[in-house]
Amino acid sequence: MSELCDQDGATLSAKLTAGEVSAVEIVRSSLERIERVDPQLHAFLTPTPQLAIERAEELDVYRSSGAPLSPVAGIPTALKDVLATNGIRTTCGSKILEHYVPPYDGTAWTRLSGDGAVLVGKTNCDEFAMGSSNENSAYGPVHNPWDLSRVPGGSSGGSAAAVAAGAAVWALGTDTGGSVRQPASLCGVVGLKPTYGRISRYGLIAFASSLDTVGTFTRTVRDAATLLSVLGGNDPRDATSLEGDAEDYTQGLEDGVAGLRVGVVAEAFGEGVEPGVAGAVRAAVDRLEGLGASVGEAHLPHADYALSAYYLIAPSEASSNLARYDGVRYGFRAPGEHADSVAMMSATRGAGFGAEVKRRIMLGTYALSAGYYEAYYGQAQKVRTLIIRDYAAAFEGFDVLVSPTSPTTAFAIGAKADDPMAMYLNDIFTIPANLAGVPAISVPCGIDDAGLPIGLQLTAPVRDERTLLRAASAFEADLGLQFRPPLLAA
Amino acid sequence: MPVEIDIAHVARLARIDLTPEEATTLRAQLGVILEHAARVREVATEDLPPTASPVPRVNVLREDEPEPSLPVEEALRNAPDREGDRFKVPRITETS
Repeated sequence: MSELCDQDGATLSAKLTAGEVSAVEIVRSSLERIERVDPQLHAFLTPTPQLAIERAEELDVYRSSGAPLSPVAGIPTALKDVLATNGIRTTCGSKILEHYVPPYDGTAWTRLSGDGAVLVGKTNCDEFAMGSSNENSAYGPVHNPWDLSRVPGGSSGGSAAAVAAGAAVWALGTDTGGSVRQPASLCGVVGLKPTYGRISRYGLIAFASSLDTVGTFTRTVRDAATLLSVLGGNDPRDATSLEGDAEDYTQGLEDGVAGLRVGVVAEAFGEGVEPGVAGAVRAAVDRLEGLGASVGEAHLPHADYALSAYYLIAPSEASSNLARYDGVRYGFRAPGEHADSVAMMSATRGAGFGAEVKRRIMLGTYALSAGYYEAYYGQAQKVRTLIIRDYAAAFEGFDVLVSPTSPTTAFAIGAKADDPMAMYLNDIFTIPANLAGVPAISVPCGIDDAGLPIGLQLTAPVRDERTLLRAASAFEADLGLQFRPPLLAA
Repeated sequence: MPVEIDIAHVARLARIDLTPEEATTLRAQLGVILEHAARVREVATEDLPPTASPVPRVNVLREDEPEPSLPVEEALRNAPDREGDRFKVPRITETS
């Protein structure tokens, strides 16, 4: 049976505005779902039920005055635990920040919260957003609501699982190499990574600053557009934030795809792509064609080098960003007597970081070190130019590009945990968009033979979220997929 | 061929204490990852300009106006150790 927390944000907002339900009823529904499913999913690191009820009660008082409501007001929202929340523990899935309580809110949450969105909790994720399976969380893995023995994807796996299971109506995540789109694909929800700089990074605890992008998990494309409308707009606190005020991305959302030029990325159907995934994506392309889009073959000739460039650029930036965890101003400090500050810092970082974070800091430190900088980091930055040129050329012929989001559906927990290269290959189709800064979205497009969701990735030119969302919305409406994870059937 | 790296040197630069087991595992794993990553050299030609930011913005300035800053107590609240209004750390300089 469908409960309030199973409905999308637009439906709930309409009911709230019409006075058919109260914010407290909506939020309670979500909190009850968390209690019911989270012992199995482990999607939340810090649920905030008390705070959520208080906020909902305040909102109901405000609402009773007849004041107009934002479309995000009263909607149960989850935040990936890399987004700073004033007074609420923010761990980044790391032991090194186990007891860290930020003294400020990040801009993304400030904007949602200011419009009345209700926080139901902070979600589990790979440590410092480094991972594709959520197995790198210092607090244990998240389980996929479609099959508890499988991963939800990563690094924003908790946010994806929470939205798929009705524990939150929507959630924020972050996408540095696919960390919103890939878990959205594996959990059967909509995952939007907007243009680099579209949503302020202020208060997003940094991993790789030239790639990090705040993104959304929703059950519908319309909800993604609604959230982006509130989250977008320049923020003076982030110098990389795009110029201009927030726009209403729900306008023109249902204008359809007649005449839209859709390019199918030829390089994204090669070795390693599961037949079920390739088939569902090809069927999605046929569907778009049926809706009046013109379809052709597109090429990203250097896509094959994107993964190599990414695994130099992202760790390099991470090695610099994560230098701040030194046991001095915040976070964990290794206990005991230390000979000097360097010994204290080295012991703190050795004990506080998990294996994947150490791997990436070491990789980045090496790639930036004297004698190797030009050979690795410098060359990777050149490849980034090639990827950007690939997209520019492809977008001369097409308005949106289509590929699978991930080469596979959800895999078993533990299956790739000991093989970093195999794990990194999960992001082969999502990484190019981060290197080029272009917006991309993952939309559910089917179920494979094992009963697991498949995601379709659409990509548009820099700043053109409008076309991206319109294409995604038309596809979603035409497919009319109504699915719920088996976990909720009982 | 996996890339050979001086893992102890890199760990010192990164200020990370590694156990001998970690050092062995990382040496092997980083060697394989770097071998794959080094493929960027196949296409990164001399004349190609590097890209640092995908959507570059230049000269992002704001008015230089004083604003309230974080109160001292707030700033120190997450500190592992403090002395008065300062962060406390083990000695930094060599003793003479």
